[in-house]
Amino acid sequence: MALSSLLPEVYSDLDIEIGAALDEVVVTVRPSDVSAACRIAKDDPRLAFDYLRCLSVVDYVDRLEVVYHLFSLGRLHRLVIKAAAPPDSPRVPSVVSVWKGADWFEREAHDLFGVVFEGHPNPAPLLLYEGFEGHPGLKSFPFHEYDEW
Amino acid sequence: MQFQQQPAQQADSLDLMVNMGPQHPSTHGVFRLVIWIDGERIVRAEPHIGYLHRGSEKLCEGEQYGQIITLFDRLDYVSNLNCELAFCLTVEKLMGLEVPDRASCIRVVLCELNRIASHMLFYGVFGLDAGAMTPILYGFRERERVQSLFERVTGARMMHNYIRVGGVKEDLPSDFAERLGELTALLRAGIDECDELLTNNELFLSRTKGVGAIGGSEGVDYGLSGPSLRAAGVAEDVRVSEPYSIYDRFDYGIPVGTYGDCFDRYYVRMEEMRQSLRIVDQAMEQMEPGPVSAKVRRIARPPKGEAYLRTESPRGDFGVYLVSDGSDKPYRVKVRAPSFANLQALQRLLRGAYVADAVVILGSIDIVLGEVDR
Amino acid sequence: MSPVEALYYGLAALGLMAFLSVMVLALTWGERKALARIQMRMGPMRVGLHGTLQPVADVMKLVLKEDILPSWADRRIYWAAPLAVFVPAFLVWVTIPVSRDVVIRNMDVGLFYVVAITALSVLGLVMAGWGSANKYAILGGLRAAGQLISYEVPFIMAALAVAMLSQSLDLTEIVDGQAVFANALVQPLGLFLFFTAGLAELGRTPFDIHHAESEVVGGPFVEYSGAHWAVFFLAEYVNTFTIAALTVLLFFGGWRWPDVPFDGGVHTALSVLWFMVKTYAVILVIFWVRGTYPRLRIDQLMAFGWKLLVPLSFANIVLTGVVLFYGWPLWTLTVLSLGLLGGAFYLISILPGRGPSRMTVAVRPARDLRTRAAGSSASGVDSR
Repeated sequence: MALSSLLPEVYSDLDIEIGAALDEVVVTVRPSDVSAACRIAKDDPRLAFDYLRCLSVVDYVDRLEVVYHLFSLGRLHRLVIKAAAPPDSPRVPSVVSVWKGADWFEREAHDLFGVVFEGHPNPAPLLLYEGFEGHPGLKSFPFHEYDEW
Repeated sequence: MQFQQQPAQQADSLDLMVNMGPQHPSTHGVFRLVIWIDGERIVRAEPHIGYLHRGSEKLCEGEQYGQIITLFDRLDYVSNLNCELAFCLTVEKLMGLEVPDRASCIRVVLCELNRIASHMLFYGVFGLDAGAMTPILYGFRERERVQSLFERVTGARMMHNYIRVGGVKEDLPSDFAERLGELTALLRAGIDECDELLTNNELFLSRTKGVGAIGGSEGVDYGLSGPSLRAAGVAEDVRVSEPYSIYDRFDYGIPVGTYGDCFDRYYVRMEEMRQSLRIVDQAMEQMEPGPVSAKVRRIARPPKGEAYLRTESPRGDFGVYLVSDGSDKPYRVKVRAPSFANLQALQRLLRGAYVADAVVILGSIDIVLGEVDR
Repeated sequence: MSPVEALYYGLAALGLMAFLSVMVLALTWGERKALARIQMRMGPMRVGLHGTLQPVADVMKLVLKEDILPSWADRRIYWAAPLAVFVPAFLVWVTIPVSRDVVIRNMDVGLFYVVAITALSVLGLVMAGWGSANKYAILGGLRAAGQLISYEVPFIMAALAVAMLSQSLDLTEIVDGQAVFANALVQPLGLFLFFTAGLAELGRTPFDIHHAESEVVGGPFVEYSGAHWAVFFLAEYVNTFTIAALTVLLFFGGWRWPDVPFDGGVHTALSVLWFMVKTYAVILVIFWVRGTYPRLRIDQLMAFGWKLLVPLSFANIVLTGVVLFYGWPLWTLTVLSLGLLGGAFYLISILPGRGPSRMTVAVRPARDLRTRAAGSSASGVDSR
């Protein structure tokens, strides 16, 4: 695929790993590089990923993987950017400055998985109420012992 | 009389804070919108969601693939079949499963009818938001017709659980084609009637034209999708740009707006209903007798891996991110709900609007709280 | 006041109350049925034949319901507000003639009295809004104040032009002046102004912004329940009836035009019937508007009032004055009036943003977009 041959050149400054998952090209970056990688993905005219399809977090117990699904409306190609954050203190730079649409996705990810998005303009709880303890998206969240009232 | 004290940093402000929701009649569910108003102008708006958060994504991790379909029914409870389709397609993508042609045609027919039913709800509620009382009854009449057909096919009016991994639950009833013919004729007339009732109404135009306008590139930046994005002049439709199921076979039109205001968002949906009927007709023509389900094991076990698939639900880009560990239950399911992303733009759309506009703008992006909060 | 007179007025007040209550009940039923007809449904069907007893059931429900007082409410204002709306609504009817002799007290300044009293009800709405200690109620109350006071101007002006034609403020004389042809034929512009401003005075669609349930959730009435809410409701429908009756009196010749036959009691009965038929026809138009139109926004409402209705109502007075001063035949006034009305609508219709150019949604064939997908070079985001 043209995209996977293009990526090493575009991301020459960053430490990346290119893989694939079914029909998607997956770029794995260091957590601290997420913001830079996304900025490049959006601004580089050869990539032009102007649309954030989805931002998800997957709890693999040994790592929290933050996954950015990108899409380019102009070039109609797709990319997945992944970053594995340590589960004890997951910190990833925010990409709200890149796509405004990332705002609520990041707040949701913070609510459910406790990933801290550094530089997020308004990191208030979104889905959960203020003062909710714990992060219910995590595999370790004690659902059966959890007493709501 | 006293009003509640506002936070210290706003002590010098004379703006009145008004809570719209979660029990406000026009927030379309349990959405809470806090607005600060200066007279009738909105100074600041802050949306609050999460009142309907049921942890659907987390619940999926504890259910088998076949059981999850019922959970997806309850995400976007206005367009259930489209949600079911998105999930089943993702699982099939991960399993590399080929769906029989007849099943795909059935799925397309039902999903497009579902789109019409969903847009009809939008039509009625939007009219109500703008203060007109009659559209909702016209819209519901059409919606009810579609739902009776669904009931005939799936056995349920709303929570169908009809689309399954590998195909559909069972074949269509024998009189389906006949009933569908009657339904599409009625719908064609009904859509035109609804169109006439509201679209050329001078007051309706003055309430929606130029209200809550957003540009195409800004809309993309906010992650808008579906009719809300197309109204802003971006000809983007997942059915075309990333065709799923058998949507690449059909010939239809993509309505595209100009200004991205409430009127464009409204009319894009009206036009989309007509286009959906075209798809339904073509899919019925292409439907051949045959099996309606691929040969799959009763309990699906997709291989280890992950898949992301997006579909065009009536509200926009409905994506499902599925991570499998090879067992009969998914490791992680993430739903990219179109309403969730569209709702983010609300704050931007409300800038400088009137209180009355807030209701119309919120109505025009057509949220369903079931999928916003998940 | 002699005891006989006192007895007369006491009975008259009671009779009026009964008459208006029955009218209101009929109106609520009629509204629901008329709207149902527009919306292709049946309306109330269960209580009585075709739901005719539904209003009675509604009243019983309302009276039996708990009256809720919000804890933050300003108690005295909160309880006084329904009365402040209710009393003027009834007072107006003291001088509204249903037929020549069927009136409690005919006044020679009847029109003046009616206009003065109807303006009072806004006070009650503002009181209700303030007293409820609810932000929706405040918004609604202030909207009501702004709206009702603005539309008072064209309302009065349109009524004034009629008074100029009949050379009297006495409602009976105004009706007598229309024995040959109704004022609606002479002043179509005046009719439009009066009816539109009247709708706004009532706060009915499309001018129902002060209790817009999709925005301010009932506005001033949001906190009221039970009997107090019923009083508001009663007043609102009495006002609807009043405006319709005034429209008939001022523009459609009341119980005359054409005169009903016979003499004596039969004549009076037929007159009353004729008047009621006309009034209900006007009310039906009000319901029809409600079934058709969305709501205006507050700025559009104000613009419509001050930029269109007020200038037109002044022009209406000037036209009437000119025609009367020079003694021209009345049909010239009809022509001038229609010309002005048509001209105003023509000017609005050529404003930018109107006309055929307003369709801004175009359908693009999916196959064109597919070729873009295949070429995958063009920009998906249009530069506009």
